[in-house]
Amino acid sequence: MGDENFEPKIVVIACHWCTYQAINLAGTSRFKYPPNVRVIRVMCSGRSDPQFVIEAFRNGADGVLVAGCHPGDCHYVNGNMKTMRRTVLLEKMLEQMGIERGRFRREWISAAEAKKWVDVVTEMVEQIRKLGPLVMRSGGGDG
Amino acid sequence: MPKAKVAFYWCASCGGCEEAQVDLADKLFDLVEAADIVLWPVAMDFKREDVERMPDGSIDVAIINGGIRMSEHEEMVKLLRRKSKLVVAYGSCAHMGGIPALANAYTKESIFKYAYEEAPTVNNPEGRRPEVRASFDGVELELPAFLDYLKPLDEVVEVDYYIPGCPPTPEITWEAISSILSGKLPPKGHVFGSDRALCYECPLNETKPEKISLDTIKRPHQIVLDPNKCYLTQGVLCMGPVTRGGCKALCIKGNMPCTGCFGPVDGVSYQGAKALSFFSSIINIDDENTFRKLVEELGVDPLGWFAKYCLGKGTIYRKKEER
Ligand code: SF4
Ligand code: SF4
Ligand code: SF4
Repeated sequence: MGDENFEPKIVVIACHWCTYQAINLAGTSRFKYPPNVRVIRVMCSGRSDPQFVIEAFRNGADGVLVAGCHPGDCHYVNGNMKTMRRTVLLEKMLEQMGIERGRFRREWISAAEAKKWVDVVTEMVEQIRKLGPLVMRSGGGDG
Repeated sequence: MPKAKVAFYWCASCGGCEEAQVDLADKLFDLVEAADIVLWPVAMDFKREDVERMPDGSIDVAIINGGIRMSEHEEMVKLLRRKSKLVVAYGSCAHMGGIPALANAYTKESIFKYAYEEAPTVNNPEGRRPEVRASFDGVELELPAFLDYLKPLDEVVEVDYYIPGCPPTPEITWEAISSILSGKLPPKGHVFGSDRALCYECPLNETKPEKISLDTIKRPHQIVLDPNKCYLTQGVLCMGPVTRGGCKALCIKGNMPCTGCFGPVDGVSYQGAKALSFFSSIINIDDENTFRKLVEELGVDPLGWFAKYCLGKGTIYRKKEER
């Protein structure tokens, strides 16, 4: 912590139909956002197996963002509803494992919401910069 | 032909795995018929020095249970690895960390604080804690150190085979030991048991519908289970779909849902994450607030519910705990 040179590494798992398009749109619109993200495209946010998230943290990510279409807009009808339920539980599980709140986030970002993508990423990078690099410390039980 | 040399060793263990080995019963005679037991702390008096004196690679197979929690465990399993041709991780603690690895959700400091100060039965006014080195009346004493995390065996030494279960059943224990002793070696890294989910061998599988959709979930103590109907369809969490078969559905036949001790099937790295994912798929609630409320009301504890045996595998050890 307090390391001036710390650059958070954030793994983004984005659905092809909405968030990935928003990321493209942000690019073609020449919006600026921090370069700390590595984006992995999946066909549906429902494909983002919680194992991927744990794997990302184990392999050096300081933060993970899972993003997909808004409820009701899923290309596969209700894949994102599974994402919703999984991420609610996963957030709790990660906290129990000692990964602070804020390192994992789930957002609904539609194809048109390039600005939201920029805001979410900017905010997340700032938040993780404050938390510092991920180290396995306490579990949720003892602060 | 000289008899094979077999070593058994325990690390952070509850005693259940040793019990399962003793439960081999008459098969134990077959074992001593086929092999010399050169180390077995639960039953025979061998010392570490005896193992140190053995030539490297002279033990045919070392069967190690329990997780790696103390410096002594680490030293012993490294020693046994050097002395043995094959190393087998026995039981969920050695395989994935097991129940003791749930302590990985807490720091060493908070574990000590609870165990030596705060637990209701502790009487320790001076707040003494175990120390690695102490001297009494001029005698220097050394104790093993408590490590920062509990690790499964393969995070400390190379492991050739795994016998899953908490504890493994005597049947699977014998199946594994006899296949290893007879030289019928499965591919390295093999986990004994079935490579399909427990549901396939569950007697209640016929009553399990293709698709399960639940509005809520109950805990086993909140319901009188019908022993003839898949527990999931009765709204009770059963880990059968995300757990390796091989136990012959022992708990199910005892009228208890599976809690997942045989670990995941091949190809799944984090059983807890898989189980969480599975649970999310069968709950039929699309409104986030309603779902959050249900999770709170049920007191869902994701590690305890889904990752009861496997946290040792999922623990993120990025940096040594600095305190
Ligand atoms: S695997 Fe289960 S029975 Fe064996 S030592 Fe661990 S807790 Fe005990
Ligand atoms: S979910 Fe449980 S009770 Fe149902 S078939 Fe599978 S193992 Fe048996
Ligand atoms: S039913 Fe599940 S918990 Fe029980 S022995 Fe089999 S794998 Fe383990």
